[in-house]
Amino acid sequence: MRPSSALLVGVVKLLVGAYARWIGTGPSSTQRIYFANHTSHIDTLAIWSSLPRALRPRTRPIAARDYWGSGLRKYIATRGFGAVLIDRNRANTNDKPDVDPLAPLRAALLEGDSLIIFPEGTRGQGALPARFRSGLYRLAGEFPAVELVPVYLDNLHRSLPKGALLPVPMVCTVRFGAPIALAAGEDREIFLERARAAVIALAERSPA
Amino acid sequence: MIEHLHNIPAEFLWLFGSLVVLLGLASLIGAVLVRRPADEKKTASRANLVARINAWWVMVGILAVAFLTGSTMTLILFALASFFALREFITLTPSRPGDRLPLSLAFFVIIPAQYLLIGMDRYGMFAIFIPVYAFLLLPSIAALRSDIEDFLSRSAKQQWALMVCVYCLSHAPALLMLDLPGQPGRSALLLFYLLLVVQMSDVMQYVFGKLFGRTKIAPLVSPSKTVEGFVGGGLAATGIGAAMWWITPFTPLQSAAIAAVIVVMGFLGGLTLSAVKRSLGAKDWGVMIEGHGGMLDRTDSICFAAPVFFHIVRFFYSA
Repeated sequence: MRPSSALLVGVVKLLVGAYARWIGTGPSSTQRIYFANHTSHIDTLAIWSSLPRALRPRTRPIAARDYWGSGLRKYIATRGFGAVLIDRNRANTNDKPDVDPLAPLRAALLEGDSLIIFPEGTRGQGALPARFRSGLYRLAGEFPAVELVPVYLDNLHRSLPKGALLPVPMVCTVRFGAPIALAAGEDREIFLERARAAVIALAERSPA
Repeated sequence: MIEHLHNIPAEFLWLFGSLVVLLGLASLIGAVLVRRPADEKKTASRANLVARINAWWVMVGILAVAFLTGSTMTLILFALASFFALREFITLTPSRPGDRLPLSLAFFVIIPAQYLLIGMDRYGMFAIFIPVYAFLLLPSIAALRSDIEDFLSRSAKQQWALMVCVYCLSHAPALLMLDLPGQPGRSALLLFYLLLVVQMSDVMQYVFGKLFGRTKIAPLVSPSKTVEGFVGGGLAATGIGAAMWWITPFTPLQSAAIAAVIVVMGFLGGLTLSAVKRSLGAKDWGVMIEGHGGMLDRTDSICFAAPVFFHIVRFFYSA
């Protein structure tokens, strides 16, 4: 592991613990898309840090270019944890309508890497995720062999909520649930709601 | 540093050497036991045994660090312990957006400042920094955010968290700043003495409770604490403390009395923090973390015993 990555993981563990709890599945090098609720800038790092060291180099978080795309953040994102940067604002891609925002994700999946994505598209305020956007559905249809693993991050919405500058150190667990799959001919909205419910089910498990 | 090493008393080498040998044996036995097949109950109690042996290694490690590198590393170790303890406490404590800044300050300013004051030998400020200044300023910052919902109870919980996890715990390494007349470099042995008596008391109360425990002291707060366990274990730990008088400035009789005070305070610490924990709706501080934490479960007795022990030594034995 690169020293910059080791340092990053150390800081994340010190601040928020990021303890993995494998509830519905175990750690595996199978190609996966981890999809999680999104409440804080630490989310990406927390999931990535909670994975066993051997899985980290081939597991790539998706990060928004408008936040992670420049300066120190870009260094952390690309050098530290090998993030895939995407344009999340449709506005940015409107001038070039032929550019699909999912293209960098497909490229990473085609290379055999696993992905960490936040299907809400933006950070929410509360403990439970808002409506999922359709990217997850499209990737599930295009890459049926890739496992879709729901992930729930607890407490991070308290540690570093939207708008906060300094994190309050808190113990956060990263809960991995049983993989779901897109059923043949399944409706987009039904699938997305089912995926969201899989994340919420992990939130409702009592921590004990 | 070299100068410091000349001051290492012969007792330390004896103590350290025999502890390493004993613990090595214990770890070996633990490792063999864990590998043997057993039912669930036995596996759990063996895991418990190994965890306790590991706690002893940590104690011996702290002793070695305190002696070999002087006080800086010891202070850093205890500052980290405070950080993790506070992190657990705050995780279980409900908070509101207005608490964010005071909480961040508690972690990133107050913990370093409290331990720095010990390192700089500023007893006067060390003793009042959290009970006076943190007490006045942190709620003031929260009040500026004009969020009055549950304000008193939020402020009280934060102050409790700081007092227990930072203020009280910091009195253990603060023993290193005491000057014992005619005994240079020996205050680290006092830290070891405190940790030894507290740990022995916990272990012995557990053992006596398992063997003879009948009468529960406070069943709703801590079902495992019994009169028989407390008396038997407490007397045993007091005896062990008395027998260790030779590493301290105390006479054997004084050492017994002081060990008894440590035992009682440690017991009250375990009981009181158990009540706090339950009122926050958790059974173990480490329950959310599954074997990765429970810093407060391990330091609750020290938190209560350390300040009292510190003041006894400072008042009666230090220069």
